[in-house]
Amino acid sequence: MAVQAQPRLDAEKLRADFPIFEHPIHGKPLAYLDSAASAQKPRQVLDAMTSFYETSYANIHRGVYDLAERSTEAYEAARETVRAFVNAGSAREIVFARNVTAAINAVAYGWGLDNLGPGDLVLATELEHHSNFVPWQYIAGRTGAEFGVVPVDSEGELQFDELDALAERGRPKVLACTAVSNSLGTITALPRLVDWAHDQGAIAVVDAAQAAPHTTVDVQAIGAEFVAFTGHKVCGPTGIGALWGRSELLEAMSPFELGGHMIRKVTVEKTTWNEIPHKFEAGTAPIAEAVGLAAALDYVGEVGFPAIERHEHELTEYALGRLAEIPGLRLYGPPADRRVGIVSFNLEDIHPHDVAQIVDAEGVAVRAGHHCNQPLMAKLGVNATTRASFYLYTLPEEIDRLVDGLHRARKLFS
Amino acid sequence: MSELDSLYREVILDHYKNPRGHGVIDGADAEAEGQNPLCGDEVSIAVSFEGDTIADVKFQGRGCAISQAATSMLMDMVRGRSAEEVASMSRDELLDEVGIPLTPVRLKCALLGLGVLKLALHKGRGTPLPEEWAGLEELELS
Repeated sequence: MAVQAQPRLDAEKLRADFPIFEHPIHGKPLAYLDSAASAQKPRQVLDAMTSFYETSYANIHRGVYDLAERSTEAYEAARETVRAFVNAGSAREIVFARNVTAAINAVAYGWGLDNLGPGDLVLATELEHHSNFVPWQYIAGRTGAEFGVVPVDSEGELQFDELDALAERGRPKVLACTAVSNSLGTITALPRLVDWAHDQGAIAVVDAAQAAPHTTVDVQAIGAEFVAFTGHKVCGPTGIGALWGRSELLEAMSPFELGGHMIRKVTVEKTTWNEIPHKFEAGTAPIAEAVGLAAALDYVGEVGFPAIERHEHELTEYALGRLAEIPGLRLYGPPADRRVGIVSFNLEDIHPHDVAQIVDAEGVAVRAGHHCNQPLMAKLGVNATTRASFYLYTLPEEIDRLVDGLHRARKLFS
Repeated sequence: MSELDSLYREVILDHYKNPRGHGVIDGADAEAEGQNPLCGDEVSIAVSFEGDTIADVKFQGRGCAISQAATSMLMDMVRGRSAEEVASMSRDELLDEVGIPLTPVRLKCALLGLGVLKLALHKGRGTPLPEEWAGLEELELS
């Protein structure tokens, strides 16, 4: 990628949009290096939600009064914004879901219970967040299908050579694969994984939670059957994300959550389902959250992925270089050109919890733990890492402050 | 600065770097293990009894300084005491010894060893378990 030709963003200027940075932590400016867990929210998102509640809020669908009409319109306009964001062919293919975990559960239960059985093989990569791993492991067990993993080596690299041997364990029906590793930041070779799944007659279910904040997610280009992302990592509110699915699959698929709104007709004898995507949106929807998500996607879209990618690439290169200077620091994952702004590391044998607590005293927020990635941690031979992650508001000097904090941790534990 | 210094005070770091009662007991009368899934702390504890007295107690584990130091301190506190007395030991008795301000997340780290020890005593001497841990084969604080 010709990174140098890409437009540049002004992180200092963007930070002014994020009220959280006005509040010191332990008397120091906040260096928020945990955006992979959740991104901070710009005022534009908060204002959109407040304004919606203040001027246009009512429950959606079925209301005939003006406010309900406007609220419904805002909710469905948000769906259209999501459609455009992921370049889906139709807004009917966009299902609002609470988060990626909820989206994958809808597929694992809705598609998996009807389509999996003994002799079938369900595969997940070892890079998967538990959200695209545990539901498949569980539904495979429930249906009698075999569950297996596409392994990574001790460096966290996916072992493509193992794929064909894996396929001999059963009829491959599902490949669960992430677009970006949440622990290592690795951009996976999605086209290769999706093509392989299709050659085997399997569906590909893509977790785009860590891709959507950092790079263009084009569901038509990815070519998978299902793609899920969550709003709160893209500067949106919590409690809302989206599942994209091919319309023919969504139409044939059973609903997972049952009850309000998702029905067409209910009698004592029988219930029929609403049309897609409503069949999968049981109960009162997160309406203001949808409005907030649309505002977030507009915000990120205005900054633009070319500029975001360049900014994060520069930060990641800088961080990998600075961290490598620290004696006893072990970095995990690929070089900067194959990852988004996520770096995982361990410092000597100091537990990540201690590392995170020590740098927190400097106002630096990093995550410590297994990152919902226990199979990957086991493969890396650790039970936890410290993870720093960057976004459009991250500054190089925040990485310097992290490095200073790490030197302090070394001194304290020496 | 002062906040950190009080959390990682000298005695905590000393117990972490030079844990007391660290190791295994050949032919232990009871063993238990537990994890804190939040941070991946792991502690296993072995106990041998003379009558109802804890004759020896040892731990192994990996985890943060707080969890490992608190368990190390615990070993010194309970050796020679009766199983029954230790089973009813309050968490404050240990926390007073640890003597540092702990947030709710770090509190779980500090109390992991005590929970595992009570589980070992329950297995070895049938002492009561705190209600929230009843029925567990392995302790998971979550």
